[in-house]
Amino acid sequence: MTPANRNAPVLVRDIAHARAGDKGNTSNVNVWVYDPEDFALLKASLTAERIKREFPQLIRGQVRRYEIEHLHGLNFVMHDALEGGVNASLNLDSHGKSWSYLILGLTLEPRSETERPSKTPTP
Amino acid sequence: MAERSDVFRIGTGAGFAADRLDPAVDLARRGRLDVLVLECLGERTIAFAHRDKKADPRRGYNAYLDPRMWALLPACRAAGTVIITNMGAANPRAAAERTRDIARDLGLAGMRIACIEGDDVTAMVARDQTFMDEPGTLSDIGRTILGMNAYLGADAIVPALAAEADVVIGGRLADPSMYLAPLMHRYGWQPGDTNVLGAGTLVGHLMECGMQITGGYFADPGVKDVPDLAQCGYPIAEVAADGSAVITKLPRTGGLVTGATVKEQLLYEVHDPASYLTPDVTADFSKVEIKEVGGDRVRISKAAGRSRPDTLKVTVGIDAGFHAEAGVSYAGPGASARGRLAGEIVGTRLRQAHGIASDFRVDLIGASSLFATAGVPQAESEDVRLHVALRTPDRDEAELMLWEVESLLCCGPAGGGGFRGVITPAVITKSVLVDRRLVKPTCEILVA
Repeated sequence: MTPANRNAPVLVRDIAHARAGDKGNTSNVNVWVYDPEDFALLKASLTAERIKREFPQLIRGQVRRYEIEHLHGLNFVMHDALEGGVNASLNLDSHGKSWSYLILGLTLEPRSETERPSKTPTP
Repeated sequence: MAERSDVFRIGTGAGFAADRLDPAVDLARRGRLDVLVLECLGERTIAFAHRDKKADPRRGYNAYLDPRMWALLPACRAAGTVIITNMGAANPRAAAERTRDIARDLGLAGMRIACIEGDDVTAMVARDQTFMDEPGTLSDIGRTILGMNAYLGADAIVPALAAEADVVIGGRLADPSMYLAPLMHRYGWQPGDTNVLGAGTLVGHLMECGMQITGGYFADPGVKDVPDLAQCGYPIAEVAADGSAVITKLPRTGGLVTGATVKEQLLYEVHDPASYLTPDVTADFSKVEIKEVGGDRVRISKAAGRSRPDTLKVTVGIDAGFHAEAGVSYAGPGASARGRLAGEIVGTRLRQAHGIASDFRVDLIGASSLFATAGVPQAESEDVRLHVALRTPDRDEAELMLWEVESLLCCGPAGGGGFRGVITPAVITKSVLVDRRLVKPTCEILVA
């Protein structure tokens, strides 16, 4: 599989794929690089702190990042991040199934994630 | 069960309540399966099922049970495949009796239908029970509790297999347990064999969402292409005695099974990969090996497990009144501005003219909706749809919202059209934990 922008990656989607799931008011998004060589870039770009910082209105609780080193993947667990969860949310996507593309739409930050907060993601 | 070979073949024929039927029939016919699992129950699904059962004591099970059984019973009988399903939802007894009657109508005399009950713990849970993952107790809800169901594990299902059931029907059978139980039965795994129970749970976890591991829910054109998704096949797991397995699908079906499809499902709805709690085991997926071993064949191994929790999770279904949705569309130059104005008007009218205090939300589909709360800026679009959502215990309030949105056709911005409005029942669910010793599953065999 060769993503379209693999040679000049800009977005997380250019190097990785993802799936979102929900349990109550907690969302989790797992993110996997296509090429193991991009895993360091993914880890540097997507820290728990950055995910929390990018979506302050949406993610009200803690963000925890689990790393699956040998499979080159990250799992983000975002608490209080579903507008009350499927029971309470009035979002059309009350499960937050589309949150995977919220993460995939973030820009890669090749130098340092702490250098400067990035702008909101490209829709 | 089918003629024994060195692997045990389990297929998935539904991964949620409304999943497709024709690929399940194809799998039942061509899959040479030992077991076909139909996983059809979510937390909200069972709450709605309790609501249905209250309205009619003969209902409260999966709405598609009839067409599924009509199509699958003959194919599974011919292949010697056992069906395991939680389509019983809030009424496994009625679902089992209906299945027995369908088997009789099909001329499948002697077919053995196991009815698993004991998951309904509504009468058993104290009202001062605290919630599992949020502050408060059941008595704080202040609304009608529809029903409470404990997640039953493999130990509730194995007796049905030991009694040579052809179809096993339960209510809140935990999703992965429906896969683990036949593996325990076939390979003689014991409750203390936590590593193989973890491995069997991984098989169940990967398989329980059906096509989510065979290319469904995966396609992203140009980036992640999936062949012939319209004809996607359901998954098959070929499970060895040590719990390792190959995930595959039938030849001549659409979709694909790759390392990537398996990885996305590996952590689907999982938090800590080293601690996935089920009624059977605390499964550890953190060291799992995933290897492509052929076309559409992926080998999984090295799942592990620790002892099971002492408590069982219970889903509490609660009546939440009504969910109302209504919309009007705008297109052409200035469409976004006209749509935004329409939304402002509705907001003002609901609060000020009608004094509605219930939560409502206004989105502009095409400009910003799903990601509105995430702070993603609105796109300017020339084709947008105003979408208003309201949840309320009061039916009149729901009707009023629809009326207000429809009134935009004459009273709102220029060029609005295409009003639709719908009011549906709403449920909410909460989770509590109960001591597993209080929950006593039963199994009864009905013979067609």
